[in-house]
Amino acid sequence: MRSDVLIIGAGGAGLVAAINAHAAGAKVKIITKDYPTRSQTTMAQGGINAALGNAGEDSVEAHVQNTLKSAHGLANEESVRFMCEQAPKAVRWLDSIGVCFSRTKDAKIAQRTLGGASAPRACYAQDYTGLKILHTLYDRVLSAGIEILNERYLLNIITNMDDNNKPYACGATVLNIRTGEVESYESASVIIATGGYSRVYHKHSTNAIGSTGDGIAAAIRAGARLSDMEFIQFHPTALKNSSILISESARGAGGHLLNSKGERFTNELAPRDKVARAIHNEIEKGEEVFLDIRHLGEKFIDEELPQERKLAKLYENVDPVYELIPIKPVAHYTMGGIEVDKNSQTKLKGLFAVGECANHKVHGANRLGGNSLLELVVFGKQAGESACEHAKKFDKSRDTTTQTTSANNFITDIKQFTNQIDFYQKREFIGNLFYNHVGISRDEMSLRAALEAIRQIQKEIPLMGPKDKSKVYNTNLIEFIEFVNMVELCEIILVCAISRNESRGAHFRADIPQENDMAYKAHTIAWKENDVLCADFME
Amino acid sequence: MKIKIKREEFVEYEVAMQNATLLEVLGEIKTKQDATLTYSSGCRSSICGSCSVRVNGKEVLACGYKVQEGDLVEPLRNVTVLRDLVVDMERAYSLNVKAKAWQTHESSISLTPEDEKRNEVQSDCILCGSCYSACPVYAVNEEFLGPFALTRVWRYVSDAREDGVQTKIENIQTNGVWDCTLCNECTMVCPQEISSKADIEKLRSKSVMLGFTDPSFSNFSGSFGFDGSPSF
Repeated sequence: MRSDVLIIGAGGAGLVAAINAHAAGAKVKIITKDYPTRSQTTMAQGGINAALGNAGEDSVEAHVQNTLKSAHGLANEESVRFMCEQAPKAVRWLDSIGVCFSRTKDAKIAQRTLGGASAPRACYAQDYTGLKILHTLYDRVLSAGIEILNERYLLNIITNMDDNNKPYACGATVLNIRTGEVESYESASVIIATGGYSRVYHKHSTNAIGSTGDGIAAAIRAGARLSDMEFIQFHPTALKNSSILISESARGAGGHLLNSKGERFTNELAPRDKVARAIHNEIEKGEEVFLDIRHLGEKFIDEELPQERKLAKLYENVDPVYELIPIKPVAHYTMGGIEVDKNSQTKLKGLFAVGECANHKVHGANRLGGNSLLELVVFGKQAGESACEHAKKFDKSRDTTTQTTSANNFITDIKQFTNQIDFYQKREFIGNLFYNHVGISRDEMSLRAALEAIRQIQKEIPLMGPKDKSKVYNTNLIEFIEFVNMVELCEIILVCAISRNESRGAHFRADIPQENDMAYKAHTIAWKENDVLCADFME
Repeated sequence: MKIKIKREEFVEYEVAMQNATLLEVLGEIKTKQDATLTYSSGCRSSICGSCSVRVNGKEVLACGYKVQEGDLVEPLRNVTVLRDLVVDMERAYSLNVKAKAWQTHESSISLTPEDEKRNEVQSDCILCGSCYSACPVYAVNEEFLGPFALTRVWRYVSDAREDGVQTKIENIQTNGVWDCTLCNECTMVCPQEISSKADIEKLRSKSVMLGFTDPSFSNFSGSFGFDGSPSF
């Protein structure tokens, strides 16, 4: 089953890449483990940044400077500049294909202020921004007649060696969830757009259950490099009991953070790393923390934040029009990911990456709200076009025999794992371990202890395995493979976090609370050599 | 608390949970009691549309429904069950393609707040499929475009940026707007408070304005209401 460009993942990034690769002339195939409209992008609420100046003075330069400042020296200025310059065009394109943005009285796209922004820059559609963008992109993909293969789970990227003995990507093996069969897809270019890995924090994450980093784990196994994996953003305001996201736009609109005494304790509109730490400190002192938007009034809340009201009522039993919302910070976005160059290509020739799974070095140590939807549009276009370009020149073998056999063996083998240890328990254990020791505040001793625990779990994996042995629609099996991928990423996160002996953005080390530019103003790069994990700092 | 879940047969499960969502209960059963129980889920916050099922005969999102003693949980209707509570959405989603539910061309028209309000609610659709499960017309005619596809057509047709309204409307005349019985079942089950029935009525009005008629009209001696629907 052959294509020019194979896209794995059908959230915003994958769909934008598909639309652009198709427009550039490629035969495109999209593979997703779910359905496109069920992806993480639906959960983006706040908005998409572009310096349009529709609601107050703004400039591309201000957007660049805000992004760089929040990134704490780890962003690439050229990439950030490219993204911010392209932003107005990206939003205009979304508007032109039918995204239902909220509007100002003078018929412009409405904009609001999110944390760390010097101007109202986030274009929004009530608090359903991600939902409306994703669904419009999906409709666009359907109108172009692009093929989408739903409910296929990525196993591995297929690689072959060229005449100079250099590896290149030429497809992927997947498990068809419905049939239980392994399938191979040959392609000249492969784009990974599978999202982030916040689900390593299990219930302490705002993310959908599918954010298990499958594509990132497959990429490093295939020979790509990962970067800055220790940088994980904690969103300041998730509902306390369910970890469900309450958008930053609630604070952007004037919402306050209060402790049990009813006191404000931080600047609510500082970047997320700062606000999350301030909340964490209050909680450590024994305080409970609340988001207060009562003073915004029912009319405003229903108009601008309808989803927040619904979620708070349903999952926390409070009506934010009249009551305080109990909150806590939880894992929300992973800045780290697959390292890519200025064409969105990874270290493995023919393999591209985009969206949260990739690291385009625009977020650095801490992402600004409103920049992730932007990233997927700007770099989705770039990835789609680059992958098409690569496919046009591709003239190598796409033989997939060896890897198809090993994928089949892999599935057969794991079904025979002994099941002495329950992986669901271990998954929950890792979530708690990471939230408490690899979370908002870290220190060397607990990071090392966590690494030891993860390495022990790695050894025990053959003693786990799926309990359900059936072939058709085996979600127990899928969840087990997701778990194995997450364990692989946990080791990388920890090795990187232990190496970075400083505090920077979202990586806060209580034992070394200062930034150290002399030693660590560099990217943490991780790769595998003969299955052995290697890591180093590089410019 | 005991609930019954439709698998090959109804199976009873008991969990010690209070004030829990159905999705939380399904998770508890799968991870602690029976790893073979199969269901779909995603965001757990009512926005991804993965976890729609029927409880006591009514369509709900599992993540947005609080479980009661004795609840009877079944998969959606009018759709192939793949396993337990998981259904195959391919057929229903293909109706968005058949309905050509997209904007025809790129547009540079600026929308006013009033323009935006016109399809604000319709663009909240999460494609959970509850409306197809509840639709008695789709139950007997699987060529019927059905509730969410027609709402999606209205979402684009009502948009000032759409320049191909005539073609879009023409495309929904057969197995489309006139086949709906306006029974309102779709509205009753929509978790996003969208009324496909109301959208279909608006599409009928638009159809009449553009010169289309109810194909069954010739069989009636009744007259047209102002919105183009026959009144008896």
